[in-house]
Amino acid sequence: MVAAAFTDFMQQVVSGLASGGIYALLALALVIIHRSTGVINFAQGEMATLSTYIAWALIAHHAWSYWPAFAATLVLSFIGGVGIHRVVIRPVERGSVLRIVIVTIGLLVAINGFVVWQWSGEPQQLQSPFGTNVYDIGGVIVAAQDIGTIAVALGIVLLLWGLFQFTKVGLALRAVAVNPEEARLVGVRVSWMLALGWGLAALLGAVAGMLTAPTVGLDSNMMAAVLIYAFASAVLGGIDSPIGAVVGGLAIGVLLNMLSFLSQYSAFDWFTEELRLPMALLIILVVLLVRPQGIFGRPEVKRV
Amino acid sequence: MTPRTQRLAGFVAFAAFVAFVLVLPQFISDFKAREYAYVGIYLIALLGLNILTGYTGQISLGHGAFMAIGGYTTAILMAGNEQFGGPVAGGLQDVWTLPIAGLVAGLSGLAFGLPALRLAGLYLALATFAIAVALPSTVKRFEEFSGGGQGIQLFGLPTLTGSNAAATGDDFSAPATFDLLGITFTQNDWMYYLTWSIALVMFAGAWLILRGRTGRAFRAVRDSETAAVSSGVSLARYKTLAFGISAAYAGVAGGLFAIASAFVNPDTFPIALSIFLLVGIVVGGLGLLAGLVFGAIFIAFLPLWAQGQDLGSLLPDRIIEETQKPGGPAIVYGVVLILLMFVLPSGVGGLFRRVGGRITSRRYSRSK
Repeated sequence: MVAAAFTDFMQQVVSGLASGGIYALLALALVIIHRSTGVINFAQGEMATLSTYIAWALIAHHAWSYWPAFAATLVLSFIGGVGIHRVVIRPVERGSVLRIVIVTIGLLVAINGFVVWQWSGEPQQLQSPFGTNVYDIGGVIVAAQDIGTIAVALGIVLLLWGLFQFTKVGLALRAVAVNPEEARLVGVRVSWMLALGWGLAALLGAVAGMLTAPTVGLDSNMMAAVLIYAFASAVLGGIDSPIGAVVGGLAIGVLLNMLSFLSQYSAFDWFTEELRLPMALLIILVVLLVRPQGIFGRPEVKRV
Repeated sequence: MTPRTQRLAGFVAFAAFVAFVLVLPQFISDFKAREYAYVGIYLIALLGLNILTGYTGQISLGHGAFMAIGGYTTAILMAGNEQFGGPVAGGLQDVWTLPIAGLVAGLSGLAFGLPALRLAGLYLALATFAIAVALPSTVKRFEEFSGGGQGIQLFGLPTLTGSNAAATGDDFSAPATFDLLGITFTQNDWMYYLTWSIALVMFAGAWLILRGRTGRAFRAVRDSETAAVSSGVSLARYKTLAFGISAAYAGVAGGLFAIASAFVNPDTFPIALSIFLLVGIVVGGLGLLAGLVFGAIFIAFLPLWAQGQDLGSLLPDRIIEETQKPGGPAIVYGVVLILLMFVLPSGVGGLFRRVGGRITSRRYSRSK
């Protein structure tokens, strides 16, 4: 009985880590953009959906095999992200918060509309690159999809960390996030660095989308809920902290699955699947109220 | 213009607008009257949101949630016991549910305003956005009150005014009518007059709130919190108050929305609605009341215009054809939104004020 409960528990932890990995990627995308541009990108989820549709179209309509399509999608998403910054975001970057929020929301609406217009609202199936195998690890059934998702998410995070820590571009990106004026003085092209940040964010979103689609099915609103979980992750970890986004993502993934696991016991039977989103909202509110800088963030100090 | 003539001009303009609203149904089709009733509903919600965002500087991306609270309050009160399986008993006539809808939403607004005190700018946008996204699933969870995904049907309920409307004579093509207070209304005309009389009263109410001490305090909070506190304005008090008033407006609008649609379900108040409302006040002009009428027209009709309706002859067929495909209107909507932020950051109202300012300043320089 106890052993069965334990394997059940571990099962939920593993699948929680897999979905948490996806939240972490999207949260990281939000953090990169927020750190450099100070914008919360409400269109991040739709950008990811669009990327995933591109991958699907390459595979389904143009008979590409999975990994080339994956790579091509990353390149296209990166270019798209840079383009969005140059064309749409840059003109309003210095304006009021409200203007920026509305522009990213305009993007959200337009991209969502484009996806429906181009590929119809019908749900599609994107294959999993990891196959449908399941492994039995000490009684815990682990899907290859889950292992692959965690591996890809961690791999991307490590690559990105390397880029930020060990390359000149990464140094410039960090400099711009810390102090754009001084970065400009030492010869960093600030605006292009910001565009690069948007490109990286779009790329991260593309990976998150392509990892999400095989399990939940590809449709135009696929990322709406994931975006809220990613918001919760970013806020929990600290909206300016990349490490925080990753830890926050994994934590949210596991936490929500824990509640599903616990809901079989009478003390938690009030928790149903419909409460996942409201729970994420609750986490956002509680963190913002109790510790607005998140777990890893630094408190914001404002000069009067 | 001196302040006094300016105020006089304002009164005259308002009176002219009231007269225009009163006679408009004589000149438009019965069907159009219903569309304009929705303009009135949006206007009420926009008035509320503008008090919060335009005047007090607090962004809300979740005002649809307060509309939902109002809408569900109205629907539950109107349906009485019906939704719990019994006959309609204790059901309340639709019009009387509206003050309660406003009150319930207003109290929720006050309750949310307290935690929101600590959130500023983007963080508030984020928290309110999450509310709007999480709302439909919360509503579905509490099925015993909300009717779950099915929602609550109001059509044909005796508490819905005009539910006994009947076709006049043998002419079935004419809209059904009913008598109220000795006047014969079609249902659409009734909705039109109901929403617009409430909208105009609430418009005047917003003006009264904003012109005095409270309005000054709101603007002080918006312009500089530090300066406001130093001048003795209590941030906690006025921010929460703004949230409460604003949510009460949204609640009344939500109640009217439920009555006009004759049903509510979780999808009646989607996240898109919250976005539309924000768009509406930006189009109308932040911190301006008169411009909101344009904002309301914009959000009521842009989805129709985006499908080419009413503009048929202005655009080439090829474009109309494309935008009528699913998703087409959303593309137009999003692009228009972004372009508006580029060219008209202060909205239509701001444009008028700028042009008006130029004319009056020219007059000043002439008189010198």
